[in-house]
Amino acid sequence: MARKIVVNLEKCMACKACEFACAVEHSLSKNPDIIVLRGEKPGHRINVEAYGRNAIPVNCNHCEEAACLMACPTGAIYRNSDKGPVLFNSERCIGCRMCVQACPFGVITISPDGKGVLKCDLCMERLAEGKDPACVTACPTGALRYIDEADESKEKRQKVAQKMLSAQQAAKKEEEAVRND
Amino acid sequence: MAHDLPYADKASQEMVKRAATEHIDTVWDRYDAQQPQCGFGTLGLCCKNCSMGPCRIDPFGDGPQVGVCGANADTIAARNIARMVAGGAAAHSDHGRDIAHTLLMAASNPNSDYQVKDEEKLKDIAEIYEIKTQGREIKEIALDVARATLKEFGQQEGTIQMLKYAPPARQKLWEEQGFTPRAIDREIVEIMHRTHIGVDTDYKNIMRQCVRASLSDGWGGSMIATELSDVLFSTPAPIRAISNLGVINKDYVNLIVHGHEPTLSDIVAAVSMKEELIEKAREKGAKGINIGGICCTANEILMRHGIAVAGSVMQQELAVLTGAVEVMLVDVQCLYPGLDTVSRCFHTRLITTSPKAKMPGVEHIEFHEDRAVEIATRIIETAIDNFPNRNSENVYIPNHTEPLVAGFSAESVFRFLGGKYRATYRPLNNAVIEGRIRGAAGVVGCSNPNTEYEMSHIAMVKELIKNDVIVVTTGCNAITCGKHGLLQPETAFKYAGKGLQEVCRAVGIPPVLHLGSCVDNSRILKVLSNIVAEGGLGNDISDLPAAGAAPEWMSEKAVSIGMYFVSSGVYTMIGRPLPIMGSKNLYNYLTDEIEKEVGGKWAFEEDPVEAARKMIMHIDKKRKALKLKPMIYEQEFVPVA
Repeated sequence: MARKIVVNLEKCMACKACEFACAVEHSLSKNPDIIVLRGEKPGHRINVEAYGRNAIPVNCNHCEEAACLMACPTGAIYRNSDKGPVLFNSERCIGCRMCVQACPFGVITISPDGKGVLKCDLCMERLAEGKDPACVTACPTGALRYIDEADESKEKRQKVAQKMLSAQQAAKKEEEAVRND
Repeated sequence: MAHDLPYADKASQEMVKRAATEHIDTVWDRYDAQQPQCGFGTLGLCCKNCSMGPCRIDPFGDGPQVGVCGANADTIAARNIARMVAGGAAAHSDHGRDIAHTLLMAASNPNSDYQVKDEEKLKDIAEIYEIKTQGREIKEIALDVARATLKEFGQQEGTIQMLKYAPPARQKLWEEQGFTPRAIDREIVEIMHRTHIGVDTDYKNIMRQCVRASLSDGWGGSMIATELSDVLFSTPAPIRAISNLGVINKDYVNLIVHGHEPTLSDIVAAVSMKEELIEKAREKGAKGINIGGICCTANEILMRHGIAVAGSVMQQELAVLTGAVEVMLVDVQCLYPGLDTVSRCFHTRLITTSPKAKMPGVEHIEFHEDRAVEIATRIIETAIDNFPNRNSENVYIPNHTEPLVAGFSAESVFRFLGGKYRATYRPLNNAVIEGRIRGAAGVVGCSNPNTEYEMSHIAMVKELIKNDVIVVTTGCNAITCGKHGLLQPETAFKYAGKGLQEVCRAVGIPPVLHLGSCVDNSRILKVLSNIVAEGGLGNDISDLPAAGAAPEWMSEKAVSIGMYFVSSGVYTMIGRPLPIMGSKNLYNYLTDEIEKEVGGKWAFEEDPVEAARKMIMHIDKKRKALKLKPMIYEQEFVPVA
């Protein structure tokens, strides 16, 4: 079953640990000290957006009907399998930026080093090692989780069920209280 | 969670397993729980010095490169590290101030529990301060010395007098570069001012103030702490003792002293010998009273009284976990708040004593120097009364101790080398000049759960002595070396190179010399100055074939210590880098350009053997510059040219 990065907005503290970890994961050395000394700019693929005083992590959803993929004329944006993540191959990229325009979430951005674009790859290497994506592991509050979509839906339904039940019980109690008065 | 500490002493290995089975969290568990730690903080790129922030610099992309005020990565990283220097210098210097106050009291109050124990040293210090000694009572001299040292904390004119211990060339360099500290408190205050919003933006200028503040620590506050402690509690002389958690004795009332200052622990140690208290302990079913030390308090009473060392900073909770500690007595610095949680799992009474260091809900018996014996007696009685509360079924004391020799000082090294009647550094200088000893290294500092416990300390020290580099050690590195058997004269024949072995055999010293607590790093400054003064190895500390290191550093004090060694001309190696790596410019300055200004520089290397080799390469560079003879014996590590 498909897993995806799920965001719990209430838990985001705007620490940007996800952005930081994403950049480190996509660097050559994967060592923050060395990245700075070498002047490397790996950039981040997840973005903590400020909206008023709120912090909203916005990330690639790996859409089924991926607009970026359809817009790409060279196949630089591609999928390995029907349900697999939407990936980016810089060697095939001609820098037309059609994907940047096409993405409705604005999560494909121009790479700070000017070569191609930054696009979430769900940390394929880490997934192969049985790890969660770097941004998820880095999140100190659990605002980001890499979970099964079905599980997420189930979780939501459970919450709704709980709320409905307590609402019903509260109404009942009130009714009884009125009757007893 | 069970932790493996594959490189740690056996006692710690056993105790972390016990912590896991008892489901008690220790520093290692809390470290794991903090992972991953914030990258911005690690790189020094988070500024929260004003409420327009907190601000962060994006180190890896095209995000913000300046904070709200406009400060860039260089400024922010420099401000942050400067405040660490201020914190460290403040801690050492406030310790020094307390010792000076105790001396003032000892000299002015005829009923004081403290006295001048080393009159010679007092007179030496008086000379530095240009205080007359001839024909004067010791108490009068002590009063003047106490007042003169206390004045240096807040004086508005003049400079710090103990700088005069440094080689003349070094004093001149500081003067010319504007690095001479004016007053101890002032330099710390000035760091806080400069790093306030909208003051000093030039990272190099901020670092220059760090140089000055750190010097006011090393040659000021710390040196006052060391020198006056010697006056009050006697100058250490080599002494045998034992170390590690096995010193906790199941048949005795165990009182562990932990922290940094000797004022309380020294009195506790003396009072615990009182027959009436021992008798009281016997009445409660114990065989007597047993004192053990943790961290630098341990070092203070170890080197003066030979009192057993229970462990280093990271063993504070493990000591309580034995279930056999009646009182854990703490003063200041490096006290984990987590101690309280662990103590509550046992009968152990955690007692804070300093008005500066309280813990919520923890018993506080405030220590006052003018009632020292009375308060120490009360604390020991508390421990005795708590003995019957011990659950003897839940006691586990690891059966591991290691003998060691401690108590070297700038003065006793002197006596050892030249003999009692002709004290001199000559044999040491000659051994370096002739190529028996390649150089000297100070390996000091804390322990940190961010690296394999004790691995770096031991691997680095072994690599150095193997290559004929004599090592001096302080603080928790000294305790680690002790627990691993490196502070014994026999160590030389197991691990040292041939040349160093010969010197150790001739003089009868271990190849690793315990020089005291972390505040006693000032002793290393004096040793280095004495070596220069002896002649034949250049005119300045920066000419010496010497290096410093803190492979597992953790505290702000360590940053201040590192900075004053660099500022005194020493190549200073640490394990994990300073939190400045988000600024390439600051990194280049501290690890390279600063050498042109002060003769020393920082170096970062996490692999301890590689780090030791870089230190040796620096030592070789200095040997070459001094045109010293090649080493007599073949060296294990020869750098590829």
